[in-house]
Amino acid sequence: MTVLSISNLNVVFSTEDGPLHALKDVSFDVPANRIVGIVGESGCGKSTLINAILGLLADNGHIDGGAIRFEGDTDLTTLGPDAMRDLRGPRIATVFQDPMGALNPVLSVGAQMVNIQYRSGRSKAEKRARAVEMLEQVRIPDAAAAIKRYPHEFSGGMKQRIAIAMALMMEPALLIADEPTTALDATLEVATIEMLKDLQQKIGCSILFISHHLGVIAELCDDVVVMYAGEVVERGTTRAIFNDPRHPYTARLLECDPARQTERTRNLPTIPGEIPDLRARPPGCIFANRCHRREDVCARPPPDIQIGGGHAARCHLADMPEMEVAP
Amino acid sequence: MSEAVSDPQAAKPPSDAWRAVRRLLREPLGVLGLTLVLLMVGGAIFADLLTSWDPTRINPRDRFLGPGAEHLLGTDQLGRDLFARVLHGGRVALSVALIATGISLVIGIMLGLIAGYGPRWLDNLMILLFDSVKSFPTVMLALALVTLFGPSLTSVVIVVVLVTVPGYARIIRTQTIALKNSEYVTAARSMGASPARILRVHILPNVIGPLVILASMDIPVVIGIEAGMSFLGLGVRPPTPSWGSILNDGFTSIRDTPWIAVAGGIPIILVTLGFTFLGETLRDVFDPRLKAR
Repeated sequence: MTVLSISNLNVVFSTEDGPLHALKDVSFDVPANRIVGIVGESGCGKSTLINAILGLLADNGHIDGGAIRFEGDTDLTTLGPDAMRDLRGPRIATVFQDPMGALNPVLSVGAQMVNIQYRSGRSKAEKRARAVEMLEQVRIPDAAAAIKRYPHEFSGGMKQRIAIAMALMMEPALLIADEPTTALDATLEVATIEMLKDLQQKIGCSILFISHHLGVIAELCDDVVVMYAGEVVERGTTRAIFNDPRHPYTARLLECDPARQTERTRNLPTIPGEIPDLRARPPGCIFANRCHRREDVCARPPPDIQIGGGHAARCHLADMPEMEVAP
Repeated sequence: MSEAVSDPQAAKPPSDAWRAVRRLLREPLGVLGLTLVLLMVGGAIFADLLTSWDPTRINPRDRFLGPGAEHLLGTDQLGRDLFARVLHGGRVALSVALIATGISLVIGIMLGLIAGYGPRWLDNLMILLFDSVKSFPTVMLALALVTLFGPSLTSVVIVVVLVTVPGYARIIRTQTIALKNSEYVTAARSMGASPARILRVHILPNVIGPLVILASMDIPVVIGIEAGMSFLGLGVRPPTPSWGSILNDGFTSIRDTPWIAVAGGIPIILVTLGFTFLGETLRDVFDPRLKAR
């Protein structure tokens, strides 16, 4: 079963200089019990995608065609604000990047964890017990005493784990994690990733995991969606994306991963060029102006070419694997 | 629904409150302020026990008696005991201050939250209203209202509420705007919290503390408005005693019998000093930057 199915989603922001197409023709699925990673550089539309799913687009943004189907048939793009609000929290939960700001500084952690269960119909004692249980699950030491403490008494990593505990408290079907480990140091990052994987197994939810850290994506995710300038340029299983990238952007992105560097170098590799102006999208391939394999055909809109096994790339040349370039 | 919100004060470990009290008692000005306020409040509450004189009983034979053993502060032009009138005047002053400040805190907080969290046009409209009300001089506003409703304690309360609400509302509005894009409010919104819930659970506890301290520093202003209106005959109706009307009684005969004006003026000065010292010390005690120690 598919928990979240996004098809041909377009999001447009109206700006003073005209409409800005932040998301164009975005399609991918989040199957049940799987962790799907979204990877892409800053400004590729990751946050817009989250807000579109949550129904929290800024006032000047709107969904311009496409569907976001949640748990089979509900199209989130057609739901009213109240119905959307009922889904957020119990069914779709979110964890944000900054653990420092995610908790209210003037309320104790316990008060906030009890408070967030207001829709559960549990008694206060049950809510408190559930809060302690969740804190134990995210390995906060001495959970029974910890719920009386205030956010400033916890470290950044602990706060992020508390935020994860709060998000998973209602056992949602989908957890959206927006770069939850970016603000943490490397050791904590690994621990948080492992914990997230454990909890996902235990609760049986799906996770939409946004990150620009390829190592984390490779470690955690079952499937990967590669985004560039508001488009899904490639999607497939983690193995397929990392071992057999078909879109030139994916290939270049992987080459740029510092973990893949085998030689000492002064300058880490980058992809030359910049993201095109989203107010004036080129008619053809969005990546053409930076692509090392550009051909004449790239001036026309590229199709989503299916490679097989759910692996697809939006590139005219996806069928023709890249030749090894002689050094 | 409401029982889901646990009281933030109750959740706090008691040592926090104790530490605050201890720090308050270490400040000489704070102790002085607290003493003055307790004296005034105690005098108002136990007025009937502290004096056997009826503050409204006219006794023409004892007019203009100086302070002495029988009449501690002397008597006024109608022979009424001034000590009893000062104590009972304190009741009027403090109850007006508490009631009016309470009402305007509630209204100010609600309006401020709505202005800060609501749509932009509503914010602009409310700011315009606040500024218009604020631009009236207090005395003019008082005169206008008394013309409409007649002089009474209710008029005093209405004037005080009208005068103080815009200030409270503006403070709450500014804080709300600052907080509404904070990470935890965004997080709460993304977890499906309604605007009412976000305001009640997340924004209100963050803004209410400083405002209450500010309001306690406003109490002397409120007492001043009450005394001023009563002095002008726009407030409390005779024969009910008020510090303002005692001042007015003494003002006409200040050359011959100055103790009447003094009896009305001293409590106003003391209560003003008391609440100001207490409020300022409280503000310092609860300042989070000093909390670290």
